[in-house]
Amino acid sequence: MPQYLLSVSHPADFDPSSVAEEDMQRMFAQVGAFNDELRSSGSWVFAGGLMPVSDATCVDATGPEPVVTDGPFVEAKEYLGGFWVIEAADLDAALAIATKGSAACEGKVEVRPFQGE
Amino acid sequence: MSHPLPPDEPAGRPDDPAGPARATVEAVVRREHGRVLAGLVRRFGDIDLAEDALGEALVTALERWPADGVPPNPAGWLTTTAARKALDRLRRESRRGDKHAEAAMLHDPTPPDPTGPVTDDRLRLIFTCCHPALAEENRVALTLRLLGGLTVAEIAHAFLVPETTMAQRITRAKQKIRNAHIPYAVPAAEDVPRRLTTVLAVLYLVFNEGYLASGPDADPVREDLCAEAIRLTRQVREVVAPLGPQPEVDGLLALMLLIEARRPARLRDGVLVTLDEQDRSRWDRALVEEGHTLVRGCLAVGRPGPYQLQAAVNAVHTDAPAAADTDWSQVVALYDHLMRLAPSPVVALNRAVAVAELDGPEVALAQVDRLGLTSYHAWHATRADLLRRLGRVPDALAAYDEALRTAGNSAERTWLERRRGAVSLGT
Repeated sequence: MPQYLLSVSHPADFDPSSVAEEDMQRMFAQVGAFNDELRSSGSWVFAGGLMPVSDATCVDATGPEPVVTDGPFVEAKEYLGGFWVIEAADLDAALAIATKGSAACEGKVEVRPFQGE
Repeated sequence: MSHPLPPDEPAGRPDDPAGPARATVEAVVRREHGRVLAGLVRRFGDIDLAEDALGEALVTALERWPADGVPPNPAGWLTTTAARKALDRLRRESRRGDKHAEAAMLHDPTPPDPTGPVTDDRLRLIFTCCHPALAEENRVALTLRLLGGLTVAEIAHAFLVPETTMAQRITRAKQKIRNAHIPYAVPAAEDVPRRLTTVLAVLYLVFNEGYLASGPDADPVREDLCAEAIRLTRQVREVVAPLGPQPEVDGLLALMLLIEARRPARLRDGVLVTLDEQDRSRWDRALVEEGHTLVRGCLAVGRPGPYQLQAAVNAVHTDAPAAADTDWSQVVALYDHLMRLAPSPVVALNRAVAVAELDGPEVALAQVDRLGLTSYHAWHATRADLLRRLGRVPDALAAYDEALRTAGNSAERTWLERRRGAVSLGT
C-alpha cells in the first residue's frame, strides 16, 4: 500500500506561546481524535509534532570537516511544524485523510507520496 | 514520448505500398485511440505501458496489414496485439514483480470493476486526467493526448507552446499519476459534484478543439474529437443522474449538440461559412431538437449557469428559420446574464456582436474597442466586420490584416482573406 507524508507548516514567526490556551487545547483534542481514528482504521504509520525552528541545528558533513551551526538549513517563510506518515490505497484515500487532518490541526496539509512501492 | 504514428510521415501516399494501410491505421487511431488506450490502462494500470504497447501494436499493424489485409475489427486487433506486447514487456521487466505480471497475464477475464453506474474505461480515464491534483493546463493536454489521440505536436500547437514544453508537461502529469497513485476510477457518487466542474471544462475544451482546430495544418474540423466530447458528456450525465438535477451538465450537452447540429453547414469548399450565411436546411434537425429539449429542461430547474446560458444563446440562433429572424434582444439579455455570472472579455465580445444587430455597428464598435483583446483573432475579425459595415475601409483592411496575422486555422484564414478581398474591392 502506498505511503504518504502529510506535513503541516507554520509561518517562520509562529510562536506557540502566543496561542490562547483554549485554542491549543481544542487543537490537541482534535488532533488526538484524528490520530485515534488513523490508528483504528489501519492508516497510521507514524506522526510527530516538531519543536520550533529556533531549536533546529544544522550539520554539514559534505566538506572535509563536519560543520555544526545553529538554526535551520533553509531560510524560509514557513517551516515544517509536524507531520503524519500514513498508508492509503491511493491518492484519493490519502486526500480524504488529509482533509480531516487539516481540519483537526487547523492548518494546510501537504500530501507527498513516498518513493518506491 | 510515444506518438501513435511518426508525425512527419505523410498519410497514404499513392506510391507507398504501405499507404492505404497507413491511412487505415491513422483513421483507426483517430477513431479508436481513446477506447483502445483506456482499455489497456484499465487492464495494466499503467499509462506509459499502455501507450508504449499501443505504439508497438501500430508498428506491427503497419508491417502486416499491407500483406495480410486489414483485419475486420482493426480496433479489436490493436487491443489484442497491444495487450500481448504489454505482457511481453512485463515478463521482461522483472522489477515489476511476478505478482503484477501474473495478474495481468490472465485473459482480461472480468468486466471492469463496477465503480458506478457507468463502467466505460474512457470515463475512468477522463476522471483520472481531470484529477484536481493535476495542474489545470495539464488536465486538458492529457485528455487530448490520451483520449483524443492527438500527437504532442498537435497539442503544443493548440496551446501555442513549444513541443518540448508540452512533452514535459504531459510527462510530468503522467509521472504524478503514477507516483502519487492517482486512482484510475470514476469517483464515488458523493465526490462527483466537486470533480464535475473540471471534467466539464475539459470536455468543452476538447469539443472546441474539434470544432475549430487551432493548428494551421490540422483539419479545420476534427469531427472525431467533437463526437468523443459529446459521447463522454452523455456518459458523465448518466453518472451524475442519480445525484438529482445537474443542469450545468445538461447545459453543456445542449451547447455541444446545438453547435454540432450546425457543423454540416459550416464549411463550404474548405472555407468557413458564418452563422448568418449558413444554409439552415443542412442543420441536423434531430440534434437541434434534442438540444432545445435539454435547454427547456434546464429552464424548468431554474439554476442557470454559464453552460446553460451559452446553450440558450445557441437555442435562440437555431430557433430562427432565417438569420434575419434571430431574436437579438433575447441574445443580448442572455449575454447580460452571462456577464453577471461569469464575466470575461470573450463573453463581452460575443455580447457586442449581438449588440451590433440590435443597436447598430457604431454602438458595438465602441464596446469592442474598449476590450482591447489585441492578441485574439476574433477581436480583430469582429472589429474588421464592424468597421466594414461603417464604411471605414482602410481601418477595416488593417483590422483584417491583424486578424489574419493572429488566426490559426486554414478555413478561418481563407474566410478572412475573402472578406478582406471583398472589402478592398468595395463590395
